[in-house]
Amino acid sequence: MDLTSGAAQARVRRRYRAEARFRAYGLVALAVAGVFLVALIADIVRKGLPAFTQHALVLDVAVPADLVDQQVRTDPVAIRGADYFPVMRDALKAAIPNIESRSAEKTLTRLLSAGAANRLASMIVADPTLIGRTVKVPLLLSANADLYFKGTGVGTPITERSGRGIATPSGTSGEITILVSSNDFAENLVAIKRGLGERASLLTAEANRLQRFGSASLADRIKELHEEAAALRARVEQPKVEEALDSNVPSLLVAINGGLVKITKLGDMGITGEVLLPLGSRADAQPGDWKIVTYETAESNRKATDQEVAFLERFKTLGAVEASFNTLFFVGGDSREPELAGIRGALTGSALTLLVTLVLCLPIGVLAAIYLEEFAPRNRLTDLIEVNINNLAAVPSIVFGLLGLAMFLNFFGLPRSAPLVGGLVLGLLVLPTIIIAARAALKAVPPSIKEAALGVGASHQQAVLHHILPLAVPGIMTGAIIGMAHALGETAPLLMIGMVAFIVDVPKTLTEAATVLPVQIYLWSDLPEPAFQYKTAAAIMVLLMFLFAMNGIAIWLRKKFERRW
Amino acid sequence: MDMAVQKAFTEEASAIPAPSKKVKVVARDVNVFYSEKQALKDVSVDIPEHAVMAFIGPSGCGKSTFLRCINRMNDTIPTCRVTGTIEIDGADIYDPKLDVVQLRARVGMVFQKPNPFPKSVYENVAYGPRIHGLARSKAELDDIVASSLKRAGLFDEVKDRLLDSGTGLSGGQQQRLCIARAIAVEPEIILMDEPCSALDPIATAKIEELMEELAETYTIVIVTHSMQQAARVSQRTAFFHLGELVEEGPTEAIFNAPKDKRTQDYITGRFG
Repeated sequence: MDLTSGAAQARVRRRYRAEARFRAYGLVALAVAGVFLVALIADIVRKGLPAFTQHALVLDVAVPADLVDQQVRTDPVAIRGADYFPVMRDALKAAIPNIESRSAEKTLTRLLSAGAANRLASMIVADPTLIGRTVKVPLLLSANADLYFKGTGVGTPITERSGRGIATPSGTSGEITILVSSNDFAENLVAIKRGLGERASLLTAEANRLQRFGSASLADRIKELHEEAAALRARVEQPKVEEALDSNVPSLLVAINGGLVKITKLGDMGITGEVLLPLGSRADAQPGDWKIVTYETAESNRKATDQEVAFLERFKTLGAVEASFNTLFFVGGDSREPELAGIRGALTGSALTLLVTLVLCLPIGVLAAIYLEEFAPRNRLTDLIEVNINNLAAVPSIVFGLLGLAMFLNFFGLPRSAPLVGGLVLGLLVLPTIIIAARAALKAVPPSIKEAALGVGASHQQAVLHHILPLAVPGIMTGAIIGMAHALGETAPLLMIGMVAFIVDVPKTLTEAATVLPVQIYLWSDLPEPAFQYKTAAAIMVLLMFLFAMNGIAIWLRKKFERRW
Repeated sequence: MDMAVQKAFTEEASAIPAPSKKVKVVARDVNVFYSEKQALKDVSVDIPEHAVMAFIGPSGCGKSTFLRCINRMNDTIPTCRVTGTIEIDGADIYDPKLDVVQLRARVGMVFQKPNPFPKSVYENVAYGPRIHGLARSKAELDDIVASSLKRAGLFDEVKDRLLDSGTGLSGGQQQRLCIARAIAVEPEIILMDEPCSALDPIATAKIEELMEELAETYTIVIVTHSMQQAARVSQRTAFFHLGELVEEGPTEAIFNAPKDKRTQDYITGRFG
């Protein structure tokens, strides 16, 4: 064989190229998988992290002496059952005084969560002498107010500029006018008119687009669009006329004399507006002492109204907003209020369910594996059983759910939604995995160990129980943990047996209604409130943590007890 | 081999002066089948008591298979079938009434590759006496472990690390540990299946020395690939070829004056 010939060298080059290509394919596949994994985890973490903090308003709360009857002052039930709404309302009104409008007051109280007083009630239960005193206490914000401070698209960017003229407000609350000695608002007016012009062009374009369809049913709509566009153009062309602001344009506000006025009508030299935060006085404000504030996102494009933004920004400047770790997320059960909802119930449900699964599966699985691997006669029946066990591992999990529904609920009459039934169903699901893993682990013990035991006169059973099984335990544990991790992430079969209900209480027994973590994630992901979307991601993070931890332990076990014979 | 030849061969074998010692194991017409394949054909041999008997032969000749018949280790292979009779002290070991676990306590075994349990040195030796209830107290068990290790010539090397893992010893030490483990249950016969094939010459020499000592108390049967080893340690040698027992006799006779051409070819290194 001539290794120096051109053909031989070409063959060598071709072989090297083929190897390089193969390597490149592998690397590309790895890179693509890695990018997707990183993107997935980054997205989940980005969405989930905000849910791990929670904002509260730390306010001085005057606990009235008559909060609870004198006789039951120390009774926790009475204290928790007391009406805290007026207490909290008064605390809010004390922080932002002089609010007269009912709707503003309502907006203010709605900033707090329905469970805002829970903390206060707990403090009073712990120390009833607080009744009649003023306490500084964090009051939990509602989910939307909470999200506002997390900067998650609920609020708006805010810009400010100082006023150049002297501003004279006509009142301190309600609808007022502010006259300004210079043309401070001219540029806003121009901007608004430009905006109106753009909208008019958009409407005309839309009308023209519809025109092309030529359908009679669209004629009315086209006419409407043209009329709207014409009206907008008319507004653009009229100079020196007060322009009304609506919720489709960025909100303009005037901060003056310690208050905040939302501009409803904008003129060259003055404005008409609605007081969002009461003014301190009607005194003239000198240039530089008052500000024009812009909420850049139009009110209709954000969750928080101007009034809410005004209140929340005020609380922020008062230094009353406090962020803390969201312990409620870990100690609370499910709730309809996103800020109160926690995963404790689901975690407990998962733990109870997995406990049942483990207690059921591990002994049965290991014993079955030992029998099949060591004692079963090699015949057609054993082969059949073996094939079926392998096939069962591939059966869709929902089928096990249906089996559980038919067997455990309908035939045996076990309770719905119970961890007991969930554990039984997941047990069916995991059993084949554990049997297969345990058999592999038993098979991996070298036959020389068994021979050694038999050689000194151990019976077959003694050889298995004294020598083979202990050596297979790490492998069996690895398989069991991976099986359990599989069970932990399983959702579909549990839906079939009713573990999908809205359950507030943390389950305490195996027969109480419960849900599990993945089902909780499924339930939350379905809810419309944006706060629940963050909770969903956070719960996914917790679930992934558990799965990573379990798989990590499995890998660690495998590494630690890995032997070479 | 047809019956006539076999018969002639047996007669020829009995013409050799009978061993002076008592016969421990008597095998007659032993056939072993793995599924349909016949691994041993009509093997008949007498194994003398308190002596070393060596089985030699090329790979796949059936010598290990025959060795494993003596303590019924072949029972663990589901497809294996044994016919014929093997008697120890006149009792058939394939008698259905015989308890195979007790048999294996009487017939210890040392394997080709050292296979200590992945437990401490102490536990390795103590396991057999413990399951057979040979020790009534911890002190008694300690004595058995110490004396077994001493007889296996290992005690001085491991006395400071009895609680260390048996798999941490060197290969030769592991093999002697396996021997200690086998003699701890006080067997009558020790089967050794190529016990030195995984060891270096120094460890091999130690084991061979040990075998000589042990032969005073035990009946030893050794399978070996090394003809020098067979010549060094054994009093009697049997040569197996293709499942047949070709020739059996005093070791010196086999090596110096083999009767069969195959034996001669093998020991002169012409094949195998």
